[in-house]
Amino acid sequence: MNMLIDITIFQNLVYIVSSVLFILGIKMLGKESTAVRGNILSSVAMLSAVSVTLIDVDIGITIIISAIILGALIGSVIALKVKMTAIPEMVALFNGFGGMASFLIAWSQFTDTQPALLQNLLIMITIYIGGITFSGSIVAYGKLSEKINLEKGSLVTNILVTFFYLSIPALLIMMFAPALSIDSNFIFFGFLVLTVLAGLGFVMPIGGGDMPVVISLLNSLSGIAAAFAGLLLLNNVLIVAGSLVGASGLILTIIMAKAMNRTIGNILFVGYASASSSKSEGEQGEVKPITAEDAYLILENASSVLVVPGYGMAVAQAQHVVRELGELLEENGTEVKYGIHPVAGRMPGHMNVLLAEANVSYDLLVEPDDVNPTMDTFDVAVVIGANDVVNPSATEEPGSPIYGMPIIEVHNAKTVFVLKRSMSSGFAGVQNPLFFKENTRMLFGDAKESIGTVVSEFKD
Amino acid sequence: MEIYILLGFVLLLSIFLGLELISKVPSTLHTPLMSGANAISGIALVGALMLSAEGQIQNVLAFFAILFASINVFGGYLVTNRMLSMFKKKS
Repeated sequence: MNMLIDITIFQNLVYIVSSVLFILGIKMLGKESTAVRGNILSSVAMLSAVSVTLIDVDIGITIIISAIILGALIGSVIALKVKMTAIPEMVALFNGFGGMASFLIAWSQFTDTQPALLQNLLIMITIYIGGITFSGSIVAYGKLSEKINLEKGSLVTNILVTFFYLSIPALLIMMFAPALSIDSNFIFFGFLVLTVLAGLGFVMPIGGGDMPVVISLLNSLSGIAAAFAGLLLLNNVLIVAGSLVGASGLILTIIMAKAMNRTIGNILFVGYASASSSKSEGEQGEVKPITAEDAYLILENASSVLVVPGYGMAVAQAQHVVRELGELLEENGTEVKYGIHPVAGRMPGHMNVLLAEANVSYDLLVEPDDVNPTMDTFDVAVVIGANDVVNPSATEEPGSPIYGMPIIEVHNAKTVFVLKRSMSSGFAGVQNPLFFKENTRMLFGDAKESIGTVVSEFKD
Repeated sequence: MEIYILLGFVLLLSIFLGLELISKVPSTLHTPLMSGANAISGIALVGALMLSAEGQIQNVLAFFAILFASINVFGGYLVTNRMLSMFKKKS
């Protein structure tokens, strides 16, 4: 046995151990009590897989070390400096970088070898998925951090969407390029560029409210890209780890789509705008505004309160005052729960992260299914910047575009406070009859200020 | 050719395993799971390190592949850890 075979065998043995650690790690990430250890386990798996790969490399050590150190520096600074409220866009950004790495791996493999049919097929698929993940994630990042604000239907968006549709036949052609005797570097570069443009066109038309689905899907794609890169390089740890990410992203995507009662295809390619146009605008009645002082008086006498946060709470950065209000209510003998809808906010679990940041204990958080049956026992439901996830049209109006979406049925509580900036409708563009219900009081203004006023009333 | 079929099996089985492992996740953990999975997709770093360094283009591609994957790995694990440390049950 010569030296080289020994190294390969040793590497593969370590890759097997890493794969097992990744499997255990991701399993543990799915449970509250073991999540921290799961993440550490998976980082140990990463460290061992990377270390054992370093034993035998072709690339110069200076390049490797400088790239890793620079990457570690950039990654750590972003991860430790960024505000918790900016988590959705940051996850999107990291995700895009992973896709980019797979994209570059496949590109290098193409330049390196004269690929045979099967290798060429894997190279093109990896480039396609990696490229779409990269540029799609960059758009998601831009939309979440409100740096990109292109409307669906604008000229630029339409052009980018056209690139996306063009990219599908282009991929099919490139996959079988050797058989069609296409071998031109010019065409290959064209394909690289088209892939990146296609990713822009894939995500650009999708609205902010649908971002939880898109982010989960891009997360899944980054894993699939790595898995295909693994097939290309004949590396089993890439395949296993990539597939696990692909699967977990897919599960999240399905959970998010279910929480909106829509299919993934409808979210990605149709959107709300072309859903059946909402019917009769009439019989809405009047809204009943309330002042923060009056709200305080009602809250003081309530024995149970349900807080339902939405994206508006994130925008107003109101999570800390919300926690303060919750604590004051508890001191006052009121039972406080937080109703969390899976798609409230801009990414899966967005509200959970914000409330955790504000130190709200997670056993106070309840899901729609747990709280809806006992909704009528709550004296007050306080809706903070949530709209569509509490829209009773989803249960009462069969013609509504959001009919059938599972909601938190706050309209069944004895009194509902809705904290809102203005009377505009939510991302779905659907009117919300909740605002006109007999038991609803509107508290207009910035959520942070409104709750701040209630809190100071409590303290006096 | 056989090796691709074999690895194709590994791919398929791993996806099914992943679907089984995390089919029921409490919504509290949706973000950390996504972020933790995201860090794992930085496994592309291993692939990047395996690239060849024949010519200049190869070296440039390898450098950037390693760079992007490293940002993903370090950033991903750190932010997941930071997030999870906030999820505490108060007594």
